[in-house]
Amino acid sequence: MNAQKENFLLAVEGLTVSFDGFKAVDDLSFYLDPKEIRVIIGPNGAGKTTVLDLICGKTRATQGSIRFGGKELTKMKEHQIVHAGVGRKFQNPSVFEDLTVFENLEVSYPQGHTVMGALAFKRDTAVIEAVESIADTIFLSDQLNEPAGLLSHGQKQWLEIGMLLIQKPDLLMLDEPVAGMSVAERKKTAELLRVITRDHTVLVIEHDMQFVGDIADRVTVMHQGKVLSEGSIDHVKKDPKVIEVYLGH
Amino acid sequence: MKTNSPLQWLTSREGIYYLLLALLLVVALPLLLDPFRLNMVGKYLTYAFAAVGLVMCWGKAGILSLGQGVFFGLGGYCMAMFLKLEASTPEATKHQSTPGIPDFMDWNQITELPAFWQPFHSFSFTLIAVIAVPVLLALIIGVAMFKRRVGGVYFAIITQAIAAILTILIIGQQGLTGGVNGITDLQTLMGWNIRTDAAKSTLYFVCVGLLFLSLFVCRHVQNAKLGRILVAMRDQETRVRFSGYDVASFKVFVFCLAAGLAGIGGALFTLQVGFMSPSFVGIVPSIEMVVFCALGGRYSLLGGVYGALLVNAAKSGFSESFPELWPYAMGALFIGVVLAFPNGLAGLYERYIMPLEKRLPVIGKYLDKDDDAAPQAPAPASDQLSAEKP
Repeated sequence: MNAQKENFLLAVEGLTVSFDGFKAVDDLSFYLDPKEIRVIIGPNGAGKTTVLDLICGKTRATQGSIRFGGKELTKMKEHQIVHAGVGRKFQNPSVFEDLTVFENLEVSYPQGHTVMGALAFKRDTAVIEAVESIADTIFLSDQLNEPAGLLSHGQKQWLEIGMLLIQKPDLLMLDEPVAGMSVAERKKTAELLRVITRDHTVLVIEHDMQFVGDIADRVTVMHQGKVLSEGSIDHVKKDPKVIEVYLGH
Repeated sequence: MKTNSPLQWLTSREGIYYLLLALLLVVALPLLLDPFRLNMVGKYLTYAFAAVGLVMCWGKAGILSLGQGVFFGLGGYCMAMFLKLEASTPEATKHQSTPGIPDFMDWNQITELPAFWQPFHSFSFTLIAVIAVPVLLALIIGVAMFKRRVGGVYFAIITQAIAAILTILIIGQQGLTGGVNGITDLQTLMGWNIRTDAAKSTLYFVCVGLLFLSLFVCRHVQNAKLGRILVAMRDQETRVRFSGYDVASFKVFVFCLAAGLAGIGGALFTLQVGFMSPSFVGIVPSIEMVVFCALGGRYSLLGGVYGALLVNAAKSGFSESFPELWPYAMGALFIGVVLAFPNGLAGLYERYIMPLEKRLPVIGKYLDKDDDAAPQAPAPASDQLSAEKP
């Protein structure tokens, strides 16, 4: 068991968080293999977003452990967790609207993260190349000099994904990446995720079952802060408990 | 396409704005004004240091401090303590019961110079203290607040409380600080009489020189990646945090920068005005500094300078004729700025005057070319760009 544990990229064990006695996440355990694409589904209020908050340090766990590549994340600060290799995309696109697309990506470039480092930071060819290549991946090559505030909702979502990619994280966490997107944007996002998932471990929250089926290696169904079911998409789709609380008859 | 040589920069749009300000302060005003008025402009410019600091701290990084008077006052008091000690030679104070200590200490039955006054015998220590004392206090406040994620209006209220506390402390400790009268009767700086017209105009030019130095330091910070991170923090603090930055340390840095600038301004104030008192420390002067910054345009460094100059000039003009009306006028001004033109004069300039200047015969074409060239490369957002925030 222990020997096997070492192979997990992320091991969440006995994770509990209680807000004034209400357990949003209750004794939750799950494991992620390297390069795995895991989707978390579940009804509203199941604690899906809270799990991501706990992993990236936005919310502090009451109990339990989150081990990532041998490091215990529950004791680390947010920016240290980022440096350990965890990237998080929020549900509402959060990009820097007053900065251009280029500057948004540049700020996310993993260099010059201290005050002095940021003063000395030089926009060299390595940075420009990295930014341009990411911009190409996220379909924003033509918008590099536009303020991010002028982008469409979908483009902001892509930009935020790009801001994660440029950090070169080992684990990418995406909270409803296609929510609020047009059909065309949704298609392009699926394409983008397929590219990303080739060489990242990805943890996604999503409601669109079609989309989930397309990308997931394994699916974890959450309900009332606990794991209700886990396995392949076909396995959870047939699970009577999942049909009862989430998918419906 | 960053401009590389200084000459290239001076002929760019931004460079021309700096040149115009330099022409105004170095050539036009000294030629037009008598020494008394020029000294007053020098006094206004000391507030510009605080306003420029607020542009960085409030405008760029979104941290509103209602306590810049504290740092201005600390810088001013450091300088005043040095000048007072110089003025309090045993010969000059031989009629006191304890000669050789500042007069107000003698009046308060203090018989020995307090320990914290001792280092201010040294001019080099004083010069360091003018910046270091405000920065140190800002560091303590900043670390205590920002590491605990205190921000926004709570931070503003706490800084205002600190301004009130420091004023009460200074007034209460009359024997150590000169109390409500402050530290007065300052005559010479290293034997040089600072009360003559010649000395006052020299100090004016020193003040202008240091102001430009400060502007260049801020401009450097703003154009570095650090400047973009400050703007990013103002927009989306959480995103900055989850992009791997320790947000608190950036806030502490910019707050300390603003405090250091205010401290320099305070020291220059003491030198040019000849005294320092708690009335430049408390809540009212602190809020006035925010008004200078808001009126000039809180996203624009040069806006901060013009804001300090204009509001102070208006204050002098108004107070000379209707002293009791000035507080109302300033209140109205602040409300007006917030409601009608939140980006201040810099914002107005950009919206109404910049389009007009393009129509000018020669200059218009010249500036036009400059503007066309700019957006081709992802140049760091200039004052003008960020001021366009709706």
